[in-house]
Amino acid sequence: MHTQTLAQISAALHAKKISSEELTRDYLTRIKSFDGSINAYITVTEEEAIANAQRADKLFAKGEAGALTGVPIAHKDIFCTQGVRTSCASKMLDNFIAPYNATCVAKLADAGVVSLGKTNMDEFAMGSSNETSFYGAVKNPWALEAVPGGSSGGSAAVVAAGLAAAATGTDTGGSIRQPAALTGVTGLKPTYGRVSRYGMIAFASSLDQGGSLTRSAEDAAMMLQAMAGFDAKDSTSIDKPVPDYSAELNHSLQGLRIGLPKEYFSEGLAAEVEQCVQDAITHYRKLGAEVVEVSLPHTDLAIPVYYVIAPAECSANLSRFDGVRFGYRCKDPVDLEDLYKRSRGEGFGTEVKRRIMMGAYVLSAGYYDAYYLKAQRIRRLIRDDFLQAFKNVDVILGPTTPTPAFNLAEKQKDPITMYFSDIYTIAVNLAGLPAISVPVGFVGGRPVGMQLIGGLFEEARLLNVAHKFQMETDWHLQTPILKADQ
Amino acid sequence: MQWEVVIGLEIHAQLNTKSKIFSGASTAYGAAPNTQACEVDLGLPGVLPVLNEEVVRMAALFALAIDANVSRHSVFARKNYFYPDLPKGYQISQFERPIVETGSIEIELEDGTRKIIGVTRAHLEEDAGKSLHEDFHGMTGIDLNRAGTPLLEIVSEPDMRSAQEAVAYMKKIHSLVQYLGICDGNMAEGSFRCDANVSIRPQGQKELGTRTELKNINSFRFVERAINYEVQRQIELIEEGGKITQETRLYDADAHETRSMRSKEEAMDYRYFPDPDLLPVVIDDGYLDACRATLPELPDAKRQRFIDEYALSVDDAGVLTSSRDLAAYFEATVVAAKGETKLAANWIMGEVIGGLNKSGLDITNSPLSAERLGGMLIRIADDTISGKIAKQVFEALWQSDEEADAIIESRGLKQVTDSGAIEKVIDEIIANNSGQVEQYRAGKDKLFGFFVGQVMKAMQGKANPAQVNEILKKKL
Amino acid sequence: MVLDSDKVKKIAHLARLGIKEEDIPGYAQDLNKILGLVENMSAIKTEAILPLAHPMEVAQRLRADVVTEVDQRVHFQKNAPAVEAGLYLVPKVIE
Repeated sequence: MHTQTLAQISAALHAKKISSEELTRDYLTRIKSFDGSINAYITVTEEEAIANAQRADKLFAKGEAGALTGVPIAHKDIFCTQGVRTSCASKMLDNFIAPYNATCVAKLADAGVVSLGKTNMDEFAMGSSNETSFYGAVKNPWALEAVPGGSSGGSAAVVAAGLAAAATGTDTGGSIRQPAALTGVTGLKPTYGRVSRYGMIAFASSLDQGGSLTRSAEDAAMMLQAMAGFDAKDSTSIDKPVPDYSAELNHSLQGLRIGLPKEYFSEGLAAEVEQCVQDAITHYRKLGAEVVEVSLPHTDLAIPVYYVIAPAECSANLSRFDGVRFGYRCKDPVDLEDLYKRSRGEGFGTEVKRRIMMGAYVLSAGYYDAYYLKAQRIRRLIRDDFLQAFKNVDVILGPTTPTPAFNLAEKQKDPITMYFSDIYTIAVNLAGLPAISVPVGFVGGRPVGMQLIGGLFEEARLLNVAHKFQMETDWHLQTPILKADQ
Repeated sequence: MQWEVVIGLEIHAQLNTKSKIFSGASTAYGAAPNTQACEVDLGLPGVLPVLNEEVVRMAALFALAIDANVSRHSVFARKNYFYPDLPKGYQISQFERPIVETGSIEIELEDGTRKIIGVTRAHLEEDAGKSLHEDFHGMTGIDLNRAGTPLLEIVSEPDMRSAQEAVAYMKKIHSLVQYLGICDGNMAEGSFRCDANVSIRPQGQKELGTRTELKNINSFRFVERAINYEVQRQIELIEEGGKITQETRLYDADAHETRSMRSKEEAMDYRYFPDPDLLPVVIDDGYLDACRATLPELPDAKRQRFIDEYALSVDDAGVLTSSRDLAAYFEATVVAAKGETKLAANWIMGEVIGGLNKSGLDITNSPLSAERLGGMLIRIADDTISGKIAKQVFEALWQSDEEADAIIESRGLKQVTDSGAIEKVIDEIIANNSGQVEQYRAGKDKLFGFFVGQVMKAMQGKANPAQVNEILKKKL
Repeated sequence: MVLDSDKVKKIAHLARLGIKEEDIPGYAQDLNKILGLVENMSAIKTEAILPLAHPMEVAQRLRADVVTEVDQRVHFQKNAPAVEAGLYLVPKVIE
């Protein structure tokens, strides 16, 4: 069952071929067998999962089950889950039991999903390799010596390894799409404002967006259906009707205009990765799409702009972690300053501290205009590049990452080289656009992803374009061979 | 050396909403610690702010009342600093684009001179919590009930030149926000407080001197005393060859002195930037027109109307319009007293306000309603009771729920206007005081008062004084 | 070098981050690298361009002024490191 898509699992549950409890126990057993070496879960909520599965089975018995009822999924440990530790993979929140549910967790629970637990991630979602987690790195199920990507590395890995049928994730600069690409799963980052950010622990508020990691675009449509929608508790949530995503999956791609940004097919892109993407483009031509070149001229400024805006926002967002009301507090503080400095100094890891300092610096007196304001001005140019491109094309297609998964520790010495693994994904967050990463092949046994970017609120079209490709290919159905622990 | 004093005030007016500026927690005063601090107020991980519509309306009303510009596009910013009563490590405030821009207000000093004080801006922000310094084993306790309470920070130009002007300005704003119904003005509960920026410069010099900021002053009296103390301190310091440091100082009312809290340049780099959790507040003409339509009559206009309509003196009109509730009480009394404006004004400014002050009440919870007071004033006007007897009636009205007529009736306080009865008493008194009568007739006019007193005493004060005078004169 | 060790210490203080003395040069080096990357922004003139704070250029939505929250102090304070009499405790604050 664990190799099946959400859609298939849901069908099996509805056909009563398996109960939610059996399915849940099956996943829990797999987690016990395989997660020791992958380290994708921070917390497994076994008892609650079984209780929820039993509740789901009752709904099936009563004929009241919906599409996601009884489906075992996992939540990135950045979403507040009431009564369950919500750590953000940080020592700072190692003891934090969330007292409330994130809107998106509540919505999925209302849809009947069974949560198996909380997945590992880069600390406070800051990282592209999942190596900054307080709970240790996650390993790529396709090659245990490789990273799964980040920051939603645990969520990507549980889906790739069949340790959950689907998982939630968050994406601030590629944190859903990049790990999806590196682990061979489908990762959807919706339009900014489509999924509520309430209860999703903030990294960079104007960039963060919740989404999903799944086996297929069809599954992503099912997840988004439950997660999307207006939330009065989030001022940046957009009050716009949610379409029926599953119903939109099968439109013909005849006449679809696909734009290839020339800046995404340039120096830095591994030739084998480009080949996989070119093969995918060939499929799209066969499906009737028209492929044209577009230009996103400010692409090379996306990383500089991001590394001003994201740290600036995070430096303020993470000020609330001060050892006073929740979270880590240092031992025996001698005074208030000592309480702050040691709680934060000891509670946060290196990358988090680095970004907080970067943010405090770019916002500090005398530098604001040169850094923060300038970055926001260029942000407009980057956004306008996309608006311009979408005048001529329906979707933009390119690689998700420049290379397949790199090895653990390979990029840890130099933060900059790590930052460049998000080179194709970051601009999308700056512009608030939806995008999806879809598996398109393997290089040296490691998965490769293709990114499709859509206009604002064009998730249905993206899912349609991805789904049609997946109907023609089976890259997304490949599963890694795992060795059980012990 | 002649020194000129330069003062600017930052007034924090707590907007009297039911819920907080960014959360649905109650703003009621006096709850047990942290029982009104919800997940948003506590800054729990993952929470987000949503703006209360009332604060926007209240800020717009204030802007309209001081003829200020309402920003069509105002922005909330994060002001970053660490303090235990500031849960998120930043205060959501407005920085570059405040909701209210450039207005002004006219103040009037005791000697009657008037002066325009510029209001630079007014912006919306959230209040912080409270640190309780009583000892918890050497620790400080933090109560976050107040965190997230909406504030309108009203920043003046450095236009004031004396502590008296500062007080007049503060009083003017205090009355205005209450008139607008946007702040209860309760200074004891901290709903209305101010910081004063004070500097001095040699008379005639253009450039401003280095200023100090006096923090959190919560009474008119303290504003005056704190500024005067600080001005004196600065003059002495400079005249002794010292230099003023730009710093925040705390006024200690008990010690009557200001002392340094922290030096500004060392610590404060607030790193303001637009709050990405909140979007720009957009206000259009339609919204402003709707607000304008609800603007109440403002203090200056009301005072002028009282002068014109009720023929009150400038001073009396000023007292009676000092609060919207008092003005309403006066107008209701005038109606109940069938237009006896002079009587109404005198009794309210004298007995009513005196009685309220004595019992620590304000006009909204006065034991004597305007209607019952008016009932008594009618009886004074129609000579049923004399002014002197009316004091007894007033006392009884204050102590009971009875109407004036019932009190007059049951206690037999009705004035005697029967001239026969008065004559009878006067005849007796003349007969019994022949010595005084002789002296009076010999030219000792002062004794007239003695006879009036005797008559009143004999009639328990109930005789109509005019009639007594008239008859006495005739008989003597 | 835009940021020397002294400046790194100042920023760390501003952000209330306790950083070990021996780690300062490493942070300085990394931050300078990132700033070097950020310097690429100076390649273009931007004075005429309006800053974009938010991908969605929409207005703030307003909430009705209604009390919706109930007292959850006990629930929330389960996560607190030190409380007494309903108050969060911190080392003595001196004003």
